[in-house]
Amino acid sequence: PLFIPLAQSDMKDYKHLDIRNTVGNVPMEWYQDYPHIGYNLDGKKIFKPIRNKDELDEFLDKMENPDYWRTVHDKTTASDIRLTDEQVDLVHRLQKGQFGDVNFNEYEPSVDFFTNEVMIHPVTNRPQDKRSFIPSLIEKEKVSKLVHAIKMGWIKPRKPKETTPQYYDLWAKEDPNAILGRHKMHVPAPKMRLPGHEESYNPPPEYLLTEEERLVWEQQDAEDRKLPFLPQKHSCLRAVPAFSRFIHERFERCLDLYLCPRQRKMRVNVNPEDLIPKLPKPKDLQPFPTTMSLVYRGHTSLVRSISASPTGQWLVSGSDDFTVRFWEVNTGRCMKTLEVGGAVKSVAWNPNPAVCLVAVCFERTVLLLNPSLGDRLVVSSTDQLITAYEPPEEDKEQAVTWALSEGLEHNMGHRLTLTHPKAVKQVVWHGKGDYLSSVMPDNSSNLQVLIHQVSKRRTQNPFRKNKGLVQCVSFHPLRPYFFVATQRYVRVYNLIKQELTKKLMTNCKWISSMAIHPGGDNLICGSYDCRLAWFDLDLSTKPYKMLRHHKKALRGVAYHRNYPLFASGADDGSVIVCHGMVYNDLLQNPLIVPVKVLKGHQITHDLGVLDVTFHPTQPWVFSSGADTTIRLFT
Amino acid sequence: MGGLQKKKYERGSATNYITRNKARKKLQLSLADFRRLCILKGIYPHEPKHKKKVNKGSTAPRTFYLFKDIRFLLHEPIVRKFREYKVFVRKLRKAYGKAEWTGVERLRDNKPGYKLDHIIKERYPTFIDALRDIDDALSMCFLFSTFARTGKCHVQTITLCRRLTVEWMNYVVTSRSLRKVFLSIKGIYYQAEVLGQLITWLVPYQFAHDHPTDVDYRVMATFTEMYTTLFGFINFRLYQTLNLVYPPKLDSKAESELKAEHEEDYAMDSESYLEKLSALSASLARVVATAEEEENQLDLFPTEGEDQENMQAREKEQKEQEAQKRLFEGLKFFLNREVPRESLAFILRCFGAEVSWDKSLCIGGTYEVTDETITHQIVDRPDMDKQYINRYYIQPQWVFDSVNAQMRLPVEDYFLGTTLPPHLSPFVEEKDGDYVPPEKLKLMALQRGEKPVQEEEDEEEEDEEEEEEDDEEEDDVDDEELTEEKNLKKMEGTRAQGKTLAVKVTPGKVKPWETGSVGNKVRLEQEEKAEEKRLAIMMMKKKEKYLYDKIMFGKKRTTREVNKLTAKRKAHEDASKSQKKQKKAKKQ
Repeated sequence: PLFIPLAQSDMKDYKHLDIRNTVGNVPMEWYQDYPHIGYNLDGKKIFKPIRNKDELDEFLDKMENPDYWRTVHDKTTASDIRLTDEQVDLVHRLQKGQFGDVNFNEYEPSVDFFTNEVMIHPVTNRPQDKRSFIPSLIEKEKVSKLVHAIKMGWIKPRKPKETTPQYYDLWAKEDPNAILGRHKMHVPAPKMRLPGHEESYNPPPEYLLTEEERLVWEQQDAEDRKLPFLPQKHSCLRAVPAFSRFIHERFERCLDLYLCPRQRKMRVNVNPEDLIPKLPKPKDLQPFPTTMSLVYRGHTSLVRSISASPTGQWLVSGSDDFTVRFWEVNTGRCMKTLEVGGAVKSVAWNPNPAVCLVAVCFERTVLLLNPSLGDRLVVSSTDQLITAYEPPEEDKEQAVTWALSEGLEHNMGHRLTLTHPKAVKQVVWHGKGDYLSSVMPDNSSNLQVLIHQVSKRRTQNPFRKNKGLVQCVSFHPLRPYFFVATQRYVRVYNLIKQELTKKLMTNCKWISSMAIHPGGDNLICGSYDCRLAWFDLDLSTKPYKMLRHHKKALRGVAYHRNYPLFASGADDGSVIVCHGMVYNDLLQNPLIVPVKVLKGHQITHDLGVLDVTFHPTQPWVFSSGADTTIRLFT
Repeated sequence: MGGLQKKKYERGSATNYITRNKARKKLQLSLADFRRLCILKGIYPHEPKHKKKVNKGSTAPRTFYLFKDIRFLLHEPIVRKFREYKVFVRKLRKAYGKAEWTGVERLRDNKPGYKLDHIIKERYPTFIDALRDIDDALSMCFLFSTFARTGKCHVQTITLCRRLTVEWMNYVVTSRSLRKVFLSIKGIYYQAEVLGQLITWLVPYQFAHDHPTDVDYRVMATFTEMYTTLFGFINFRLYQTLNLVYPPKLDSKAESELKAEHEEDYAMDSESYLEKLSALSASLARVVATAEEEENQLDLFPTEGEDQENMQAREKEQKEQEAQKRLFEGLKFFLNREVPRESLAFILRCFGAEVSWDKSLCIGGTYEVTDETITHQIVDRPDMDKQYINRYYIQPQWVFDSVNAQMRLPVEDYFLGTTLPPHLSPFVEEKDGDYVPPEKLKLMALQRGEKPVQEEEDEEEEDEEEEEEDDEEEDDVDDEELTEEKNLKKMEGTRAQGKTLAVKVTPGKVKPWETGSVGNKVRLEQEEKAEEKRLAIMMMKKKEKYLYDKIMFGKKRTTREVNKLTAKRKAHEDASKSQKKQKKAKKQ
């Protein structure tokens, strides 16, 4: 129960003090059934009021009594107590959480008892402990232990440490077979390079750098220098200064030792002679042309094309000076000169020995000439062959107009004129001599290659589609195949079945020329990127061999009809003759050996040899060049 | 079908290599410690064959170590010592910070150290292995021993290096195994043959170093730490092979001789002994006192054919070596104060000479300048005031050149004030086609026993002779030029000829060489052969052609260099000759 201290001056409540209940702090329910509720100080019973206040009394009291709010019921005495003003005030203060005592100052100034300032007198006046006057037993025990250890010799005084290293025979029990603890791949460090004469303090004079060399040396980066130091000459040992980079060099060696990856480099110790392949001697592969024996002069501009007659007696050449010349092979005499109306791109002698016809192409025209050279019978029979033509009943529209030459032109030798829709670059005869093919390179149409039949004066366009810019074409010597070379591929068509049989990949950038072996199984392709590709048609569509003999673009290639020879002419002015033996036994690879480099043509306007062709029977080769000459090598 | 999918970079070369950073993490070491460990254990990076595969597809430049190497480092006891040291440093720093001076002292006393003995044994399982790898150790120790005692590294290291190098020099002197010496602009190269191994080292000239700032001395110090350990063990073993006391002691006789009166003035007692040793003027004490080393003769076995030839060659070589060892025996040298004392004393003692020097120069001089028995005095100054008649005054280069020539060279060229002949490197061995300086040819002739060309005669005669010589030399050089080069030149010649011929040819003319004298036929044959070769070269495969071209390029380059040197020499000689003539003209 709330104990309220009473002010002594409160005389009115003094009486109340006397009737204080002495039962103590017990539940008042215990006195429920008794008339009294406890005992006062004198031991007399304190009686309950006769009549308990009921609810109505309570209500009336609340309504009427103005001091009701400050009246508190005291359970122990069962009486109502009216609180004094002081008491009410105290209750209010406590409810607000303030101190009960009005006079208590909660904000008194604090006084630091312990300060940071050092005082001269102790704060406490406590007398010292006894233990501070008595020696410690624990310490005594420890010390006695140490003393005992020292007595027994267990502890020795600290010796100064040995700083100099001790050496002994480390390899006393060395195992000669011992391998290095690790390292399957241990590479011992290479030794330093030993100095040469140039490092001497007094080197021979030739090792000293000249002024220019010294300047070059100074301008070079340290890595690029051949010598890491400048050779110097001192007249005597006394004059030699300290080498300023000594510590650097040693440090770099250290870095090399622990930072450089080591690698065993196999040095190729090859005798260069062993690398050269053993080829059969050219002497054993004779005959082949070896020397230049004739020069055919007469043209005034570069000679684009040459062709030999099937008998081997005559040679025809076409040049940029608008002329076609006929030469006697053996003497070098110019038998005939024909002016045509343009730069001659290509000439081709009919391979049939019974016919004397030469195809010449310039601009948009292909001209068939009868040079009237050689056997008169052959000449006249050729003329007859041409005049014997009978026009067919129904005229077919043709891509080319055939015109028979008459009069003056006929006397000059012109026989037939084929006017093409576009400029013609190449003409080629079929082996039988009746068919003729002309090439009109054009990237945008299918009319690039035409095949003409002379006896029937008929023209065909074999291709419906454009497969790229046609470089050159050729007939198979024996079978009805037709070879068309575009920039990078050679396509082989079957003319009878009218289908593509093969497409050869040349691995070249731009094919310039092509020739077919008289056996028909091999083909060579020259290209502007200095290569010559040899194909074996039975083997693969890839080249059997690539030859990079020339230094510059190849312009012409040719096979010999009888001998196992082929030749190539290039812009470097040389003709290279190779021995290209093809065996009947299919298991044996062709033998290709270069046998001769023929030089003679001069290079004019970066052009050297423009065309090569072999003599039909002899192992001779003709070459025409940009220096307006034709040369015969025998 | 079936089976787990193979993951990339989990097998093969990618797992055989480890990058440096990963290795460092695996070993839990700092980069500096890792570096130290690699140096001590001799681990170096490897260049993988397929870098991209190993680098897991990336092309970033990385250093790779073999994984097995790093695993091998993992159980190296020194790694633990490194960690202990790290802890020690930390504790020490803390103690310093707290100003616990007793703690600092205690820590200092218990500083963890390590020994490298087991590493040396592991890296060099046999003594010969170690000896083979001692070149760098020698050069490094010689460099460190010349460092000043302050600054760049611990004084103990420097004194240890000095001690070891002195021991080494004493060994070389005692075993007389020095073979070649070379005065270069960097320093002095020495080559010794120890137990059949050729060992070369470089000693800097005695100057104070100006220490470069871009050199990491920690790396050098680590190397030196390893090298000193290795070097000490090798020295011990070498002294053992010669029955010498290790650490070296002076002969009792020599010691008493060297006892100077005012030794204490010269150096502290602890240092003077090392100084006396380094003076190299006295012989060392032996474990078992032997009178004189008996000559070890080659035992003769009856042999046949090739073996016999080999044997004879070996015998001859042996004899030559013996002769070289006694090159300066019986000569008495005196070193002037301006010549490098240590290197000259070392060399002269190696070849059996007696050496002395001025007392104020160094401890250990045994006789004075005034000694009448001195045969040679080595001088490096233009002139001397007081000269004795019965001795040669020569420049130091004579000693070096004589050692390299394995004979006492005529002293005339090396007299006081004369222009010295060029000093050639003894390490150059000319192969066929290399440039041989004329001085070397002269020397070789001298070694063969031919008389040197008489000089000091009439100058004109000399000139003529020189010219003759020149011619001869040129011929020699020509002879030695590569036959290959010749062929090439010839080929070029023929080609040129072919060209001219081809241009000249007119039909009907008889070719001049078809008429055929003998010479023409020979030439024709050669031409044919050359052409054959050219054609065969055309047919070479691409790869072989590349290799062939490379080889030929190299050959051509060497000949070009040789030609350049010869031309330079010729120009120089012409210039000097004309100068001489001018002088003569002036005189007249």
